[in-house]
Amino acid sequence: MEIFDLTIHELHEKLQAKELSSVEATRAMLARIEAVDDKVNAYITVTPEQALAEAEAADKRIAAGDIATLTGIPVGLKDIFITKGIRTTCGSKILSNFIPPYDGTAVARLKERGAVIVGKLNQDEFAMGSSNESSYFGPVKNPWNLECTPGGSSGGSAAAIAARTATATLGTDTGGSIRQPASHCSCVGLKPTYGRVSRYGVIAYASSLDQVGPLTRDVTDAAIMLGAVAGYDQMDSTSVNTPVPDYVAGLGAGVKGLKIGLPSQYFIEGLDPDVKRAMDEAIALYKSLGAEIREVSLPHTEYAVATYYIIATAEASSNLARYDGVRFGHRTEDARGLAQMYAKSRAEGFGSEVKRRIMLGTYALSSGYYDAYYLKAQKVRTLIQQDFLNAFQEVDVLLTPIAPTPPFKIGEKLADPLQMYLSDIFTIPVNLAGTCGLSIPAGFSAAGLPIGLQLIGKPFDEQTILSTAYSFERETQWHQKTAPL
Amino acid sequence: MKITRAEVEHVAKLARLDLSDPELDTLTVQMDSILTYVEKLNALDTDGIVPTSHAVPMENAFRPDERKDSIGVEAALANAPQRAESFFRVPKVIE
Amino acid sequence: MKYQVVIGLEVHTQLTTNTKIFCGCSTRFGAEPNSQTCPVCLGFPGALPVLNKKVVEYAIRAGLATNCSITKRNVFARKNYFYPDLPKGYQISQFDLPICQHGHLDIDIEGETRRIGITRIHMEEDAGKLVHADIPGVDDSCVDLNRACTPLLEIVSEPDMRSPDEAIAYLKKLHQIVMYLGICDGNLEEGSFRCDANVSLMPVGSSTFGTRAELKNINSFKFIKQAIEYEMERQAEILDEGGRIIQETRLFDPNTGTTRSMRGKEEAHDYRYFPDPDLVPIIISDEWIEEARGTLPELPEAKRARFMTDLALPEYDAEVLVASRELAQYFEDTFTLFPQAKTVSNWVMGEVTRALNDDGRSISDCPVTPALLADLLKLMEKGTISGKIAKTVFDEMYKSGKAPEKIVEEKGLVQVSDTGAIEAMIDEVLEKNPGQVAEYRGGKETLFGFFVGQVMRASKGKANPALVNEMLLKKLNG
Repeated sequence: MEIFDLTIHELHEKLQAKELSSVEATRAMLARIEAVDDKVNAYITVTPEQALAEAEAADKRIAAGDIATLTGIPVGLKDIFITKGIRTTCGSKILSNFIPPYDGTAVARLKERGAVIVGKLNQDEFAMGSSNESSYFGPVKNPWNLECTPGGSSGGSAAAIAARTATATLGTDTGGSIRQPASHCSCVGLKPTYGRVSRYGVIAYASSLDQVGPLTRDVTDAAIMLGAVAGYDQMDSTSVNTPVPDYVAGLGAGVKGLKIGLPSQYFIEGLDPDVKRAMDEAIALYKSLGAEIREVSLPHTEYAVATYYIIATAEASSNLARYDGVRFGHRTEDARGLAQMYAKSRAEGFGSEVKRRIMLGTYALSSGYYDAYYLKAQKVRTLIQQDFLNAFQEVDVLLTPIAPTPPFKIGEKLADPLQMYLSDIFTIPVNLAGTCGLSIPAGFSAAGLPIGLQLIGKPFDEQTILSTAYSFERETQWHQKTAPL
Repeated sequence: MKITRAEVEHVAKLARLDLSDPELDTLTVQMDSILTYVEKLNALDTDGIVPTSHAVPMENAFRPDERKDSIGVEAALANAPQRAESFFRVPKVIE
Repeated sequence: MKYQVVIGLEVHTQLTTNTKIFCGCSTRFGAEPNSQTCPVCLGFPGALPVLNKKVVEYAIRAGLATNCSITKRNVFARKNYFYPDLPKGYQISQFDLPICQHGHLDIDIEGETRRIGITRIHMEEDAGKLVHADIPGVDDSCVDLNRACTPLLEIVSEPDMRSPDEAIAYLKKLHQIVMYLGICDGNLEEGSFRCDANVSLMPVGSSTFGTRAELKNINSFKFIKQAIEYEMERQAEILDEGGRIIQETRLFDPNTGTTRSMRGKEEAHDYRYFPDPDLVPIIISDEWIEEARGTLPELPEAKRARFMTDLALPEYDAEVLVASRELAQYFEDTFTLFPQAKTVSNWVMGEVTRALNDDGRSISDCPVTPALLADLLKLMEKGTISGKIAKTVFDEMYKSGKAPEKIVEEKGLVQVSDTGAIEAMIDEVLEKNPGQVAEYRGGKETLFGFFVGQVMRASKGKANPALVNEMLLKKLNG
């Protein structure tokens, strides 16, 4: 077992026992990045000097007996997280030279606990994409099969876990951007309830849907990471002031008597047979562990993608107005006058997927169309949310696939954006409902590609989906398999 | 057709995107297909449904009227494509 | 044709909070460009707004003071447009749910009361400033974001005003109220109280409004009148020639006193308002409203009425004294110590105001405090000094800040009430002016004033004028 293979809790034990220093762990991780990231392209920016300085500081803390679970652990951050003094691009040309003057809240919380930031991870541009192909810094390759996408938008964050080039990572999830790549890369990915983790210092895509969460090797690590970043933040008006439980302590709750719901709309014809088989096996396992399985209905599921692509693009069109070439970011060299400066800087700085979504969102909010599109979508959002609340009257968690298919080939879906959008059908409703969901490795396709399982919990009940996932993980050990890199 | 090319051009103007002709052509087709798909929402009767802005109910988030340090002129301007003294510098409006 | 002007006003008042509406940066005017900025007000990626609670409190106060109903559930919306002084590419404002609605103010015009409706008051953030800095070699525009994110209340009236004078009366009243409430410093030149005017004409007798022009950039009461009057002439001319008024924004130019079209500079606007997902609804409870009501000061209208009924002051005095909250306070503080309302009023409106005007100070900086003024008035009342001497003493107090007793003592200004001394002075005056004495006694009684003046002069103003009068009368008639 190499150092870079260790989970947070394994590494933590070694650091605590002084079998290993953080500097050693960090060096091992940086060497691993050096060795394999050319193939994977998970990193946009690697920060060896800062990382080693932070590792030294962590070692001092540890020597002084001041150790938190994350102290000295090498972590990577999706490049959507604002990091003081470290270039933050959001996967876009328009921010390719942006060096922020501040740290976001989640990053600050990781740093406070002594985590070592080894670099900034590749992603779809402005988190808009499901395959990591829209990044200005090139696509990320799936470590399980380099011809496949790792999913997106937190593709780099998932691929780094699979490639073992970070012990844990943070991503963001607006319509599935943590869970879907976690599924495609066989790691654990958690999207907390909206308001659970501060969005301050996270570059906004769709403000009412964006949420920060961890991608990790196993469920315990996800619980550790969530515990570190969750909690009320005065800097985010939408952060919710409810207590953060000790997620790790609650992992062993078991599933005996747990009511697990299977939404009928998620087990449809056309579901890939490998995915279907993995779901059936998971259901059987939970049954055998004493869980009660029930079918439930989320009747408005088929409207989720349409609703999402109006709300998300509308918010994005406004959120991305600040990239205007005035205060930061790319400015065209070829402008006569202000109007041209705006239009050319933005046209040069944004990639085609981002432009498409800005265009859609601008249209949906424009005069005469607001009621028909944005307001309508917000009303349907209410119905979708109501579906979940109704289902949670009957069951404790929902079990669903994450994606209709295993990872697809790079380039396969680029021609038809709508087909790409539709592949997020199982993850999007969770964001619209604002509740929490996680992805856990649930096996492999015949071709050896990862398949993930989604557990959806009640709002602010991350604890139950974590413990439900933990029971599964203990029995299956899918997370022990490593990518053939 | 849900959207015409002229409308797409107008939206590009609103969004301050200087798009090429081929880009506008492609976008017209793609936006039309997406908007057609989105039409399915009209099948739902949403009369009397309260729109949801935030899925998690939240209200009254305030900060007290207390001063916090500003980041300073240099930090404010450090990323500016162009500056003049302590100002951000931008091309003039051409009438 | 004769036209009736129809005016509606939109006033932007900058609130006197310590910090901006959505971040903790200072709102102080006149600092180095971009020195009062942070990721939030610079619109940096990842930054989020958090609402300053005081802004809501101030808005509620403004609403209560203008007879508005307070909206229970408030939402902020984004108003999307691009301009270099607008860092986020949208302004956070309120759209369909403003915090205050359906209010009114009563104004007095030539003895008649007119009620001007207030459509709405909403909270929003200010933009920064786009300037043409005086920097050698720089022909571009320059952006200063110190003002960006400063809290504003936009107060929108109904189109209820029918003359420039009504517009000014309304504005002055509104200005007075926001100053009384302590929510705005009222500084028009620094842009703390800005006004846009919607002006249209309709034929006299008609009730259908004409097309309006929106006049912007008017930063003094004087300019309001000029801008509206110019606009009335311009529109009348067009209408008389059979033309049509175009609905447009026009910029007032204070140098020429004219307005000019801003068309061409503005693209067709489509603000794409939608609820700001970064902010949450503001729910205002009845308790909160009552709490705010409790913090309201006595407003000018009520104060004026009280001065007239309780203190028996003439309407004119009451009106002048309530012009500002500070002046009224000064009057009341003095009155508490010297409860003769009319005397205090005379002095505050007279000597005090004159002295302040002479050196451009405000009442809160007046070196003669209400306590000192009351002391002076008491000296006068006791007869220690005459009214005339009191004015001399006041000037000295204003210059030196010294107590009146001290000045009177140092300068020997105590009033002479010693009948012997006064009699001696009278005798001397009568002796020196035998001709006038004879004329007086021959029936020319108007000469009485002449003798009083002579005696007062002989006493260097210190003789008790009442005694002088009384004794002179006796001597001359005796």
